[in-house]
Amino acid sequence: MTIRVEAVSKRFGHFLALDQVSLDVSSGSLVALLGPSGSGKSTLLRVIAGLETPDAGRVWLTGEEATQKRVQERRIGFVFQHYALFKHMRVGENIAFGLEVRRVPRAVVKERVEALLELIQLQGFKDHYPAQLSGGQRQRVALARALAVEPPVLLLDEPFGALDAHVRKELRSWLRRLHDEAHMTTVFVTHDQEEAMEVADEIVVMRQGRIEQTGSPKEVYDHPVSPFVMSFLGPVNVLQKPDSQASLNRIFLRPHDLLVTDNPQPNAMEARVRHISFLGSEVHVEIILGDGQVVEAHLPTAQAQGLAEGQRVYVQYRSAKTFPMYYEI
Amino acid sequence: MVEPPPLPIDGPRLPGPRSRVWRQWLLIGFVVIFLTLVLLLPALNIFVQAFRGGLNGFLTALTNPPFLHAAGLTLMAAAIAVLLNTIFGLAAAVAIAHHQFPGRTLLISIIDLPFSISPVVAGLMLVLLYGKNGWFGPWLEGHQIKVIFALPGIIMATVFVTMPFIAREVMPALEENGTEQEQAALTLGATPWQTFWRVTLPSIRWSLLYSLILCNARAMGEFGAVAVVSGNIIGKTQTLPLYVWEAYVGYDTQAAYSAAVLLACLAFITLIAKHFVGRWAGMRHKSH
Repeated sequence: MTIRVEAVSKRFGHFLALDQVSLDVSSGSLVALLGPSGSGKSTLLRVIAGLETPDAGRVWLTGEEATQKRVQERRIGFVFQHYALFKHMRVGENIAFGLEVRRVPRAVVKERVEALLELIQLQGFKDHYPAQLSGGQRQRVALARALAVEPPVLLLDEPFGALDAHVRKELRSWLRRLHDEAHMTTVFVTHDQEEAMEVADEIVVMRQGRIEQTGSPKEVYDHPVSPFVMSFLGPVNVLQKPDSQASLNRIFLRPHDLLVTDNPQPNAMEARVRHISFLGSEVHVEIILGDGQVVEAHLPTAQAQGLAEGQRVYVQYRSAKTFPMYYEI
Repeated sequence: MVEPPPLPIDGPRLPGPRSRVWRQWLLIGFVVIFLTLVLLLPALNIFVQAFRGGLNGFLTALTNPPFLHAAGLTLMAAAIAVLLNTIFGLAAAVAIAHHQFPGRTLLISIIDLPFSISPVVAGLMLVLLYGKNGWFGPWLEGHQIKVIFALPGIIMATVFVTMPFIAREVMPALEENGTEQEQAALTLGATPWQTFWRVTLPSIRWSLLYSLILCNARAMGEFGAVAVVSGNIIGKTQTLPLYVWEAYVGYDTQAAYSAAVLLACLAFITLIAKHFVGRWAGMRHKSH
């Protein structure tokens, strides 16, 4: 099922949450809406679901206009950040809900619930109440509940945002595997770039109610169209070129694109190590350049063996970006 | 990690253990004496007085036709008033808790109005509107509809006085639950009606039941407003509290106290029901 959003705008009071947003999601793809809070990513997802009505613009689902369709007619599965499980129903009843309101025969419901419990590996939890489950288990139940009606589109609003790091990682790869098996069109909202890169085929970077860039994780990471996208997708150093004060002459460098050695190199900048943090496989080195600017370099631990705080070093960079048309981040 | 600053050593001085015990008993003693004088003794006295003429006197008083009629009328008026207030209270609570609309705060204040208006004034307001010389009086008379000095008036007065109970009790529960569960139900294909019956209503069932009990207790015991609108016609528009008053004023203490015992029993049953509902709800909450 394809999703098409056409010039959608949405305003909450004086706040413009979506500003003429257009987006195409191809059938069967897994798309991440990535952006900081207030960028409009959740609103866009809720407009697609029909939980918000856009002030302007149109939404199409599978080539059919759905702007005026009610939520319950859109056949979408929606997963909320805080699970939104029915607190007064047991796990099995939660999962069965979508089937029961559609008057699916009882025997079919029972079978489907069992299959879904197995899918989310909570076979023994059918008669538990949501409050008796951990956060990760609740979100799995919420997923099973959404999947029960076999929606062609699955929308997830910060599905792992309320979970701790370990469970989050597990559920992420689980979602990826699930999508690869079931092939439904999936759109999820996140503010975590790592999550977006790990799970999605395509990342839609949003900022201030607009789409800043769309592309595969590699595209948006390697070829960001703006300083914002570059800095949102990963750590970045901003260097002022020595010959100019104008903001046009800023250079953007990924910390892992810096080469740091302790013997002099042609074209290298002379610098001094200010601080070293050891992170296991990587070492983060804070460096003061000759003109006083501070940059951070991320080096594999093996390459950083000879470095010490206060040491004189030589810095080069593999690749850097400039954004002449942008004046500031 | 930054060390938290040390806590100040000189906190407020607590009284020594001896003076604390002394103060505790003083407070408890005061409360017990106060409750005995104001609540316990008067309630007990009713029972003593009602059975002064033995069980026989009590039973005779309770089989007296005007009494039976008053009891029946009270139960019927309370049942209808509670039903109407349940529908209104749920609608108002859902509207206020789940929706933003102009006049929302005004509606909250209006719902609270009956708490601050004297029931007698409430009754008068109804008489002035629906009575013979009221605004709607001529029209009602023309259509042979009797509101004042009749059951509709009694129900209206009871509804007026008990209006805030259900809306007020259910609103915080709805607000606490938020709207995400309802949204989830809609995305799963439920109609708004199914969503209300299967998601919203069950999620507030305990606070609803609690408020029903309170509302019913108040509805059965209402005196002032009903006294004004009903006309207190024996065997016709006399409710139980009015019957008690009439019997008392007419020096028929046996009838007055017997009826009062019945009202008190209804109150006790309500109290016990309320207590258990509160406990069940508390237990459910903990296990969730």
